[in-house]
Amino acid sequence: MDLDEESSVWLSRLASRGGERQAAERELHARLVRIAVAEIRRRSASTPVTGQELDDIAHQAAADAMLAILAKLGDFRGESRFITWAYRFVILEVSAKLGRHYWRNPPVVLDAGQWERLPDRFGIDPVRHAESAAMLAEVRRVVEDELTEHQRRVFVAIVVDGIPLDALAADLGLRRNAIYKVIFDARRKIRRALIANQYLTSQAGSSDE
Amino acid sequence: MSDFGALEKFLRTDPRDVGCDEAMAILHIYVDLVAAGEDAAGRYPGVAAHLLACGPCGADFAGLLLAVTHG
Repeated sequence: MDLDEESSVWLSRLASRGGERQAAERELHARLVRIAVAEIRRRSASTPVTGQELDDIAHQAAADAMLAILAKLGDFRGESRFITWAYRFVILEVSAKLGRHYWRNPPVVLDAGQWERLPDRFGIDPVRHAESAAMLAEVRRVVEDELTEHQRRVFVAIVVDGIPLDALAADLGLRRNAIYKVIFDARRKIRRALIANQYLTSQAGSSDE
Repeated sequence: MSDFGALEKFLRTDPRDVGCDEAMAILHIYVDLVAAGEDAAGRYPGVAAHLLACGPCGADFAGLLLAVTHG
């Protein structure tokens, strides 16, 4: 692999023995903690975490990321800078941990089904709620009549009730991608129905009709 | 687009969308391209489409980009 100088130094230090390796691990860990703290704060609007909890989650994310980095060091192929590859682990750990953290004090429980809040979720002006009612009723009809029970549960949790995708993934023990795929397929199905019933017009090249 | 723009935008899917697993697998490569001012979206259109559509992956992208540029 053709590495930049900084990445080469990191790999060399982490592959060494004794004090050099320990110093590199300490430095990397300190950086991971700093990145985790900053990332948790950046996401505080969607998942408020403060004080000792923030510190705990950041340190857990950094520790788990560090373990993964050291275990997968041999997989690093130099396709990016080493530090970008390493930071990716801690960012993904923060996402997963905040997803689990959501259920400590959830503002919405699973299966709440707050359909009345759907216009607000899509930023529809209150003066147009009556006008949008028929279209949103069609959305609900497709969800209730054309989706499987699992698809319906996922769609209602994410789209209707606004539960964060990573939180739902954690609760259902599924990968983020599995949840996303359900929502992706539901979006296509609902859009096709809205076009077929003339609530929306089809725009060439804008969707995989 | 009608006045129900956010709903229309949400329902519109991009067939190039590669999904979360594939996008996250190369997130570090994509972020380095963006940080270097290169055409990451042109090189990985399926990842770009996904990051626009998936909130959590978009957040991970923004966080990693911030970490490597300002961390």
